[in-house]
Amino acid sequence: MIAELLGAGTAEAFFPNGIARYAVGGVLVGLATAIIYLGTGIHAGASTFLESTLSYVSDRSRFQQARFVTSRDWRVVFTLGIIGGAAIYAVTFQSGLLQSGLYTPGTTGELREVGGVTVWLTDVQPWRLFLGGVLVGIGTRIGKGCTSGHGICGVGSVSRTSLVGVVTFLIVAIVTANLVAAMGVSP
Amino acid sequence: MADRHPLFIPLVLFGGLVFGFGLGFSHMARPEVVLNFLTFDDLGLLFVMFGGSIVAGLAFFLAPRLRSGAPLTGRPYGRRLKSFDRNVLIGGSVFGVGWGLSGICPGAAYASLGVGNVTILWAIAGMFLGAYAQGALRSIRADSSTAAPADD
Repeated sequence: MIAELLGAGTAEAFFPNGIARYAVGGVLVGLATAIIYLGTGIHAGASTFLESTLSYVSDRSRFQQARFVTSRDWRVVFTLGIIGGAAIYAVTFQSGLLQSGLYTPGTTGELREVGGVTVWLTDVQPWRLFLGGVLVGIGTRIGKGCTSGHGICGVGSVSRTSLVGVVTFLIVAIVTANLVAAMGVSP
Repeated sequence: MADRHPLFIPLVLFGGLVFGFGLGFSHMARPEVVLNFLTFDDLGLLFVMFGGSIVAGLAFFLAPRLRSGAPLTGRPYGRRLKSFDRNVLIGGSVFGVGWGLSGICPGAAYASLGVGNVTILWAIAGMFLGAYAQGALRSIRADSSTAAPADD
């Protein structure tokens, strides 16, 4: 439909891997958020886990707030679930055990066989991951949310704060990624 | 915490599993795919964001109209609303530089570990370090502004 509007070839140019895997994944992420919300009334974001987990090891007043201490155990469970769910994907679709017309394997990174399971490893350099991680860790906690807290829960709540947050980090990230690429940093 | 519903933790775990599977299936757990999105080489990630927020948004919209509170906690169904101040812009910008440099965000980083990407531990260590640094700085500022007597 989009291709018909914009002319043939446009969809292939902007969506070289199709849209099915993205749409299915997005619906599942939304469904997961909905499941936890319907059962508990909680908007589960991914980045509060960082500070709530630090409350186990740091006595700093910031981390010892009730909102972190009372939620830290289930946030560990949520994060272990995310890791486990991604591992289930790895042993099924990533390893080729399951196939679907809705799933397009990718060409990024490096695939390795480990004990019958296909694991995936990034080619992005460790210094980028580490430095980027530090900035993400600072930014998400000062900015009151990340791609799941603001992006999924906040946008889903039609929160003006979250919409502004998402537009802000999206624009800055686009500028940053293009600058880094223009400077020849790859991968 | 002691009087939690017995299904609370199992439900959170199940939600986490679906969340992580979705991030793996969509390839958002791969930093390269996020970077390709940010440089306009593959805009598929738009469907992860919109797909996710529309489905979650439907639940946020419908639940309060059907029930007054959540069955496992009794919490009222509400929207995720945070107050707006310049921290949203400052934090969002810092987050954006980090996201654009590395292609990782918190949820996707946890999922990336699940697909076998042990290299992502660099990013996870960085995120904890960043979260600790801002928290420690805020604690020192808050403690000194209240000028509480030091008893530790």
